Amino acid sequence: MLITDAVVINQEEIIPGFFRMTMSAGEVAKNARPGQFLHVRCADALDPLLRRPVSIHAVDREKGEVALFYRVAGRGTALLAAREKGDRINILGPLGRGFTRPESSGKVSVAAGGIGIAPLYFLLQELSLINTYANVFLGAATKKQLFFSSEIEALGHSVFPATDDGTAGYHGTVVELFTQNLSDTVYGCGPAGMLKSLCRILEQYKIRGEVSLEERMGCGVGACLSCACKTVSAGENYRYSRVCVEGPVFPAGEVVWA
Amino acid sequence: MTPQNGGIINGAKTKLAVNIGGIAMKNPVATASGTFGFGSEYAPYIDLNLLGALVVKGITLQPRAGNPTPRLVETTAGVLNSIGLQNPGVERFVGELLPGLAGYDLPVIVNIAGDTIQDYGQLAARLDRAPGVAGLEVNISCPNVKKGGMQFGSDPDMAAEVTRVVKAGTGKPVIVKLSPNVTSIVAIAEQVARAGADALSMINTLLGLAIDLKTRRPVLGNGLGGLSGPAVKPVAVRAVWQVYREVKLPIIGMGGIITAADAIEFILAGATAVALGTANFVNPRATMDVLAGIKRYMIENEVQDINELVGAAHR
Repeated sequence: MLITDAVVINQEEIIPGFFRMTMSAGEVAKNARPGQFLHVRCADALDPLLRRPVSIHAVDREKGEVALFYRVAGRGTALLAAREKGDRINILGPLGRGFTRPESSGKVSVAAGGIGIAPLYFLLQELSLINTYANVFLGAATKKQLFFSSEIEALGHSVFPATDDGTAGYHGTVVELFTQNLSDTVYGCGPAGMLKSLCRILEQYKIRGEVSLEERMGCGVGACLSCACKTVSAGENYRYSRVCVEGPVFPAGEVVWA
Repeated sequence: MTPQNGGIINGAKTKLAVNIGGIAMKNPVATASGTFGFGSEYAPYIDLNLLGALVVKGITLQPRAGNPTPRLVETTAGVLNSIGLQNPGVERFVGELLPGLAGYDLPVIVNIAGDTIQDYGQLAARLDRAPGVAGLEVNISCPNVKKGGMQFGSDPDMAAEVTRVVKAGTGKPVIVKLSPNVTSIVAIAEQVARAGADALSMINTLLGLAIDLKTRRPVLGNGLGGLSGPAVKPVAVRAVWQVYREVKLPIIGMGGIITAADAIEFILAGATAVALGTANFVNPRATMDVLAGIKRYMIENEVQDINELVGAAHR
């Protein structure tokens, strides 16, 4: 965990409003684990004030580079998107609890909804390093939002696309498509509605899974209790866990969905 | 650096030590309750020993789950929050969290909050026997809980009663944290002083609201929230200024301090110490940067003792 000024290497608009930014940040590249995030200072001024939590999307340890994949959703991310090659960005991290490794045997799947591929891509990089190849269920509203299919296949994984409008792959949700191709372990990230239905399927079929959540954050280090998420462990009432330190990745069965 | 004189920079001596109602602080920079957890969260980023004081998250008698989400929304140059005093309760705090702070050389101030006046008395008594507690900060100003909280802080008589009960329960210094959501903060401060408070913390957050245009509902799960950050600073400096004129108690000033310049403004208005809250979210090293900036200001302006600056704007 550290505070550092990373230097922007590349800023790429994949489709309008969705950016992949590569930064030089050797320590982060060395220490980051899939599922962790960076708390990014988007403005130099005091408005917008807070940092923005952004998943680590990809890591190149040899080059000491870290990539973020994000959608412009408001003032902070708009400022982030305006950063250019050579600019410095203050980052805090890597933060949070990432994905755990799959058990050595058994089939592994990844389910991503739209921008939810952001942290899962880093996981897929790491899985292929240990020669574990996953079925990757990529869901999106429409074809052009099926991100990084060819890169994922180049890592050795199999891509199963699903679109809400039927412009590519399965016509329907990514969870429906996964349900037709169950596996032993699944890692998910995407909109709350998608993760909620994914978790329901995992419970029904007793499948081990982990999901990465998103929540508004203050400090990012566990102090302010803003990014609370209702969770439950065996034999206890619900409690509020901190997405920034107990998460952002949680065992699928622990999340209490609204 | 030696703790008592704050160190020697470029040959100039700067005395940074202050006293808040009996709590000796090696410098005037503290953390604001609720923004710094129980200290350990920030230990990877700063040396906690270098803080003037650590004020921990508000503690209640029983554990509290806290408010529904979302609990935080950013507003213009500020943050609106409604955490709802999520905390493990006083027993777990004393048993599990307090011992972790024992190894640090800094005063630990425990913020306490109750639903009833009796709660405050019990909390005071329980923490009076806890080792490693330098003093209590009495939260009569939380805008985010249904019972107690701000209502104790907006009625001068109730504020005084809570103060008396806490003083009766502990021999440790008692700091009362005031709400800005009142007609006259001076009137509350005067009553609290008369009831025996040793110092004042001011200000807690300003009651606020943000509405989502899509859902046409309040953004925060609990509806209203407390506003902090640079947006509230002038309100806080004003409150410190007004109270300093009328009440002879040391003040920990807080509300939107980000830089050393902000902190010095509070001190000039009458604060003996300052606390950083929201600033920690933006920069985990903010307290250290502010401390360094205060030293620099003192050297540049040939101020030997920070206490010379306290309330200087009134003279």
